[in-house]
Amino acid sequence: MHFSRREFLTVSSSLGLTFRLSSEEQLFALERGGKRGTSLIVVWLQGGPSQLETWDPHEGTKIGGPTKAINTVIPGTKIASGYPLLAERLNRLNVIRSLVSKEGDHERASYYVKTGYRPDPTVVHPSLAAIHAAKSLSTDRHDLPASMTLGDSQFPSRGAYLGAQYDAFRIVEPGNAIGNLTPMAGAQRQKRRLADLDFLSRSFRYNRPQSESMTSYQVVTEDALSMMSSPELSAFQIDQESEGTRQRYGKSRFGSGCLVARRLVEAGVRSVEVVLGGFDSHAKNFEIHDARAIELDRGLSALMDDLIERDLWSSTMVLCLGEFGRSPQINALDGRDHWPTGFSCLVGGAGLREGIVIGQTDPTGEKKDPVDPVAVHDLYATVLRQLRINPEEELMTPIGRPLALCAGKPIERLLQV
Amino acid sequence: MAILLTASVWMSVGIQSWTLTKERGEPDTEVADHDVLVAAGLVNAYFESQWRDFGISVANKADDLTVLRRLSLALHGSIPSLEDIREFEGDLRPGRIERWTNRLLDDPRFGAYFAGRFSRILAGVENQTLIIYRQDRFEQWLAEQINDDRPIQEWVCELITQTGLWTGKPATNFVTATVQENDVDENQLIGRTVRTFLGQRIDCAQCHDHPFDDWTQKDYQGLAAFYGNTRFSIFGIYDGRGEIRLTDPSTNDEKAVIPSVPFCQELLPEDGTQRERLAAWITHRENRRFTRAIANRVWGLMFGLAWSQGGPLHHEVDDLPDPPDTDDLLDILGDVLLHEQGSVKSVIRVIVASRPFNLSSETIETDSKLISLQQDYWGLFPLVALRPEQVIGAMVQSTSLSTIDQNSHLLTRTIRVLRENDFLKEYGAARENEFSPTLQTIPQTLLKMNSRLVRELLETNPFNASAKIARMSTTDQSAVENVFLVCLTRRPTEEEMEHFLARGEGDDRSRRLTGHEVEDLIWTCFNSEEFNWNH
Repeated sequence: MHFSRREFLTVSSSLGLTFRLSSEEQLFALERGGKRGTSLIVVWLQGGPSQLETWDPHEGTKIGGPTKAINTVIPGTKIASGYPLLAERLNRLNVIRSLVSKEGDHERASYYVKTGYRPDPTVVHPSLAAIHAAKSLSTDRHDLPASMTLGDSQFPSRGAYLGAQYDAFRIVEPGNAIGNLTPMAGAQRQKRRLADLDFLSRSFRYNRPQSESMTSYQVVTEDALSMMSSPELSAFQIDQESEGTRQRYGKSRFGSGCLVARRLVEAGVRSVEVVLGGFDSHAKNFEIHDARAIELDRGLSALMDDLIERDLWSSTMVLCLGEFGRSPQINALDGRDHWPTGFSCLVGGAGLREGIVIGQTDPTGEKKDPVDPVAVHDLYATVLRQLRINPEEELMTPIGRPLALCAGKPIERLLQV
Repeated sequence: MAILLTASVWMSVGIQSWTLTKERGEPDTEVADHDVLVAAGLVNAYFESQWRDFGISVANKADDLTVLRRLSLALHGSIPSLEDIREFEGDLRPGRIERWTNRLLDDPRFGAYFAGRFSRILAGVENQTLIIYRQDRFEQWLAEQINDDRPIQEWVCELITQTGLWTGKPATNFVTATVQENDVDENQLIGRTVRTFLGQRIDCAQCHDHPFDDWTQKDYQGLAAFYGNTRFSIFGIYDGRGEIRLTDPSTNDEKAVIPSVPFCQELLPEDGTQRERLAAWITHRENRRFTRAIANRVWGLMFGLAWSQGGPLHHEVDDLPDPPDTDDLLDILGDVLLHEQGSVKSVIRVIVASRPFNLSSETIETDSKLISLQQDYWGLFPLVALRPEQVIGAMVQSTSLSTIDQNSHLLTRTIRVLRENDFLKEYGAARENEFSPTLQTIPQTLLKMNSRLVRELLETNPFNASAKIARMSTTDQSAVENVFLVCLTRRPTEEEMEHFLARGEGDDRSRRLTGHEVEDLIWTCFNSEEFNWNH
């Protein structure tokens, strides 16, 4: 049984509950353009997408395989033919074809590409999404968690030393009802349970004044209750969208994720990750990438269109990448193996310059290192700077070692002059 | 073998010299209890002197049921069952806490639980190659060492030096947990070794001289070199031969490094494999850092916070300063470890018998500065959020009135494991950093309030606590009391009883609480701070 916000307010006020409700007035959902707070959408291509079958094809070469390349709206720049919709929109994004990493294992590489730091036994680093969520929270407040992951993420974004509250709230099936938000008892019983909980909490805190300063238990409980009855939850109800819109995004888990991401950003959520999995193509590389291309081309294009049309593009950064790329060599199983040097990504929005292509990989596949290499942490320094966060800001980690949010330097040519 | 136990600490705490003798392996005797009490007396004297010096008022003694709850959470990762509580309360002889401590320590669940906590520290919680890191074998082996109370120096040596396959020689999993792309990662290994067994962090010195401590990159490389010839093959872990070459990550240059230690060089033996030399040096009885690190960690496992995190050190468990000139708590407990032949159980018994473990978490102070001092110097039992496995362990135990242990029906144990795994998957298991303060997250709160798993635990059916309590309690009063006992390990106060008895009122004042009302009461307890904290 759903416990409405109105009922909750009534119950709370009648019982004098100490649980706080968030202020809707502070939402920036209606703001647009430069005044609006920034949002970050990471489209995470899980498993390591092939740069050759996405944004860096080498048609007609030995390493290119059967993948065709098509022209895009950026003169002289071609992408794989599975992405005709994105080809028409590429001038709103930037293409980096020379990302470099030293991590070739899925988990370690995901860690590096999500945080900008290589795994370190002494400290867990926060992901880019968590940093953005944490740094934005000081200025606004929502009923919904500040960082969310949509889809079946193998290594969801972590708050690490920023705090577990910035761990991504995971929604495996975007578009379906979110689990654990409906009270297990009816309204009357829930009302009684909350009243009892309040009573028992006060009883425990009596003579334990240190409890309030030591944990945020009560605040988190309030936040959870606020979320359960939040009008912002409607952001997840994509059945409110027209059939045409649903079709435009695609009705797959990924397409629904992109649509929910757009709705969450509209509602003011700061960091959203949408996951498209299944790129680990050690065998049947081309079949696998063809299938993913249909979903990715449709979902990402529709997301871009809607953000632009709703005047959200200038405040929303979109970053599309995976943990590494795939080898130029095609193996005996018609697959490609892990390739952490010279892989590709798309990045745009939030006021970044547009239509720039950086880097170049060797069409023969013989030279491992790309031309104009870009380290992941430099990309993240760029993203953070554009999201109005100082990448050089140092925070004290639990091991007593100050660490910069990001160890890289912004890529100046992507930033507006 | 008779052990002469002479505390080197008595002078610092103003206690007369003491001498004890004990045969290892003897059954518990008056003498053994006396040992514990004398050592606990030294611990108490240490704290009492600090409380006096800082003008700290000390909390009242906690009641026995509260101490029992702490013990169960610390040693078994769960709260006591109603069956346990009844038996405990039926024991009216003096010293029941000591007896109960021994009982919990003798129960195989102790080793299993501590093994789980140690394995996270020793092998991490991620980045593991599942085929060559066998967590199950590793934890089973650790549990055997802990349950047998094998001298910790011995099993630490085995961890560091073991060769062979990760299945047949489970201690090698300490090494295989670091294997990446068929290479043993000597950097991870030495980082974990030094953090766990010496309570020091040297990892920063991998790339440069440590900016705050005295550790240099040379120190780091000298230590890492002890693992430089540790090799992996499909036949297991073995020690290679020849020159040790390490890569400097900041320059990518490779160079030859001779294994060396940064302090207590005189304790490093000349003979043996490099790993054997390292193990002997770490566990040498004169290497205070080892016993101090272990004592600090065991304290942390009992309280949820390492002693060093409070005053006067304010250092993380794996970042201890150099041992002080004057012995402190870690030396007192370290001496217990040395003289009781590396018995972790002995250290635990001493901690449990000491005053800090028996103090209430309630304070009569109102001044926040004084409360802060009380907390800092253990004049108040710390409030620490339960770890994820403790939360689900306590929930599952609460909804079964009898103790779930190795004697429980296989189905009950299987359901418990499945439920715990499901819960931890959604709730998130504990991380490597054992004693860092954790905040409950929104998804965790929602999980406890509304999830199917919790509903299944609570829903009234003939087998769970809600129905049993409703059925077996002859009055509303006893129903409320039973819920409090199974969930919070205490009886309700008068005010609480009055509040919850109002549930039974209505048109028919004589009726008993229904199964649903008991269910509601348990739900309330599950979501309360009191349930979710160690206190």
